[in-house]
Amino acid sequence: MSKIFTPGSSARNMLSLAAVAMRRLHLDGMLLGSLGAVACFGLFVLYSALGENLAQWVGQVGRLALAVVTLILIAQTPPAWLRRLSPFIYGIGIILLIVVMLHGHIGKGAQRWLIIGPLRFQPSELMKIGVPMMCAWFLHTRPLPPRLHEVLVLLLIILVPSLIIAKQPDLGTALLVAASGILVIFLAGLSRGVIATGIIAFGSALPVAWHFMHDYQKQRLLTFLDPSQDPLGAGYHSIQSQIAIGSGGLFGKGWMNGSQAQLEFLPERSTDFIFAVVGEELGFFGQLLLIGLYAAVIGRALYLASEAQDTYARLVCGSIALTVFVYVFVNMGMVSGILPVVGVPLPLVSYGGTAMVTLMASFGVLMSLHRHRKLVGA
Amino acid sequence: MRRTARIKDHAREKRLYTDRAFITAISVGIMLLGIVLRLFWLEGVRHSYYTELSQGNRVRLEALNPDRGLIYDRSGTVIAENTPAYQLELTPEQVPNVPDTLNRLAALGLIEVDQVPALRRLIRAGRKFEAIPLRLSLSDIDIAKFAARQHDFPGVALQTRLARWYPFGNVGAHMLGYVAAISEEDLSHISTDEYAGSSVIGKTGLENTYEQQLHGTTGFQQILVNAQGRHVDRLGGTTIKLSTKQPSAGSDLFLGLDMRIQQIAEEALAGHRGALIALDPMTGDVIALASVPSFDPNKFTRGISTHEYAQLRDDPNRPLFNRALRGTYPPGSTVKPLMALAGLEYGAIEPNTTRLCRGYYTLPGSSHEYHDWKKDGHGSVDMRRAIATSCDVYFYGLAETLGIDRMHDAMVNLGFGKLTGIDVTGERAGLMPSAEWKRQTYKQNWFPGETVIVGIGQGYLLATPLQLAHATAILAARGKNFRPRLVTAIRDATTREIKKLPPIEDPAVSIKDPGNWEVIVEGMEMATEAGGTAAAGLGRGTAYRIAAKTGTAQVFSLGQNEKYNANDVDEKLRDHALFVAFAPAEAPKIVVAILVENGGHGGTVAAPIARRIFDAYLLGEYGQPSTKARK
Repeated sequence: MSKIFTPGSSARNMLSLAAVAMRRLHLDGMLLGSLGAVACFGLFVLYSALGENLAQWVGQVGRLALAVVTLILIAQTPPAWLRRLSPFIYGIGIILLIVVMLHGHIGKGAQRWLIIGPLRFQPSELMKIGVPMMCAWFLHTRPLPPRLHEVLVLLLIILVPSLIIAKQPDLGTALLVAASGILVIFLAGLSRGVIATGIIAFGSALPVAWHFMHDYQKQRLLTFLDPSQDPLGAGYHSIQSQIAIGSGGLFGKGWMNGSQAQLEFLPERSTDFIFAVVGEELGFFGQLLLIGLYAAVIGRALYLASEAQDTYARLVCGSIALTVFVYVFVNMGMVSGILPVVGVPLPLVSYGGTAMVTLMASFGVLMSLHRHRKLVGA
Repeated sequence: MRRTARIKDHAREKRLYTDRAFITAISVGIMLLGIVLRLFWLEGVRHSYYTELSQGNRVRLEALNPDRGLIYDRSGTVIAENTPAYQLELTPEQVPNVPDTLNRLAALGLIEVDQVPALRRLIRAGRKFEAIPLRLSLSDIDIAKFAARQHDFPGVALQTRLARWYPFGNVGAHMLGYVAAISEEDLSHISTDEYAGSSVIGKTGLENTYEQQLHGTTGFQQILVNAQGRHVDRLGGTTIKLSTKQPSAGSDLFLGLDMRIQQIAEEALAGHRGALIALDPMTGDVIALASVPSFDPNKFTRGISTHEYAQLRDDPNRPLFNRALRGTYPPGSTVKPLMALAGLEYGAIEPNTTRLCRGYYTLPGSSHEYHDWKKDGHGSVDMRRAIATSCDVYFYGLAETLGIDRMHDAMVNLGFGKLTGIDVTGERAGLMPSAEWKRQTYKQNWFPGETVIVGIGQGYLLATPLQLAHATAILAARGKNFRPRLVTAIRDATTREIKKLPPIEDPAVSIKDPGNWEVIVEGMEMATEAGGTAAAGLGRGTAYRIAAKTGTAQVFSLGQNEKYNANDVDEKLRDHALFVAFAPAEAPKIVVAILVENGGHGGTVAAPIARRIFDAYLLGEYGQPSTKARK
């Protein structure tokens, strides 16, 4: 191997060495690169959004490192293990959700956290990967497309954790968990008739959902429909966020120069509304670049999913790729004022560790399922 | 029970998946494109609109100050109102040279020279575009002085604001009190929201007691300000709606006080230190409440200089001190009618029992002589005569018979040693001693000699002029006990409805034989007739009957063989002059209590003042004392 390092061709050799290392580690270089680009972009914006709070920024870098390590470790796991573990991961997740419901720590008015020693842990995060894995496991041995009674079982698998999470209350995460499972059903080839039935059922379920909502959630929805109703209250987030983006223009006001963000008119600017900071300081083209990087991540993940060779791998990979899209779409839609304000962070960019580790872990699952395919496949 | 064989067809499933994945990918692309279009709408198309919003017009809340409630006297004359005051303001960004401007203003005498450094600090600390008040209130001369030279002072302007104005100046100042800047201490017990637009708060007198009613409710207005907080009028076609909540003015107060009587009282007392209280005994309404010397409360509402304040505070005549409510004095002989009433009530004496007055009194087994004010004595006196001539020896003996504790009980019943409950803050309770009180305070037994002098209103006994007026009012009303009060009605600012407040009647002072009231009143009427102590001072020929009692309270004790001579002692150590009276004696409409510090004999100094008050109130004669013949 040491012969490879000869003068004159070192650059190319370095690349090919990296490619070898990637393959050995069951990693996909393009996907990892895209994820890294998004993360670096995120750290760059976050430094400004945090108001140059170096301690918090360094903490976020540390959490990113932890997330990458998690990804690499999970990528080493044999896919068959992952598949067989699926029901257990799902089961543990359900138990932890119930434990949190009964004994959890209340932070920011919601009961989401489980504290074990120094660790603060949200079981709902586990379900973001647990639900699609369970659904895919259920469908793995069954012929596709799934039949109606199978779909009903799948819906039960999805709804139980989603409703518990929605009651915490964490509507954003509950929607994402439900979406990750429903995407599996969709990718499994659900017939058009069933999809239509589902949409109608969803529509008729809305009043029921309204009943289950907390006042602040109802208020958010009403405010979304007309933010000017309450410009100093619930509509404030949405209005300030649109002002931030709109005032950024095509090229932005410059990094660390956003008046909305820096003068604290923009709420939650380092977490859920960080995309508005991107718009204000880096402009339309800055946002376009970030959307492009996400598109690369999602596209590559979808491509890897389509290359997978068994039902389980395909469904899980496809769900992971599309969940990232749902995250991105819901967050950007909320920040730009075309969707109601729901607490969904921007993956890899928003400040906060748990969501980032979960996301990287799911990409670890994706890489494991993809890169081992030769070993599992026929 | 499968109707059709369901075998996993991997190739078909993969096609199905690819099909779904393709649909998905297309959808993802369309939705991301949707986001991009939305962003382009915000950042490309609507950029200038949002730039204007961010550059940034914001909505701020500005407090709107409610108008303070007015105060009227019984005839509807305004005695506390809000009038424009001219304030000198400087806007830093419009002033070319701030230090020079300040120095030139100081040279003109518009601001004080020693305030210039503090003003410069204030200007540096504030926003450039916000006006800084240099002086809260300008006199007409200063306004003219500035107006003539305004062109020399760009950025300096006269600003009008409403300030409290007391049209009668120092007349009734103690009773009204004043408003002044909200202090740190005030902030600890008021809601900052409620006072967001207010710069002043009631500090003393009625302004303080009725602060809640007078203040009103603060309003709020949304205003547009840009990123630096500068006020702007326009926000390019935005959907942000501005709302306003109007302030509601404070309630108006109506007093039972007659400002004309109040003026007469203060005029008559001018040059003295003293107090006068006039009450309606059948309602408790305060007709006049004066304390002299007084001060001009307008100085406080319009910015008093530290020098002026120090002058008021350090004046040896204590103009800021409300003698009527807070001054406690030995009541002297004015308590004799009340002591006589107690004697009758406890059966210690009969009205017609006579006592021989030789000019001095001794306790059994003691050689100490208690002197009568009249060296040679009054001879043989009964109760009425004793009151009329203010015979000390009679009351020394009565006090000894009654004992301190029965005197204490009777006098507390009449309001001594406790607050009257008048609706102005700051009242003092005075002191009505008892054996128990002395044990607790001095860890000593009560001595019989101390009993004797309490009988003529000396010793430990201390009372406020208000308490004297109140006790005399109970006597005049033959036991009915109305709590003294200033405010008789309140007008709600929003409904404009005047709510009359019913008089507050405390439990009446009941005695076994109501005829005893008349014995006392007869004694007090005799005091106003020939041979009585009040006769000379009140003058002759009133159109109504007066019942009165004079008093002279010793400020310092004489030795056993010393003789008091007013000319020998320092003015501050001379006797206090006291006087209580009511009229008409048979159906009283007004009670007066007067105190003149170091004024000598009550009959000489205070009685003529009472006469003027009575003539004014009962006959409507607000000029000189009447000389009409009695009908």
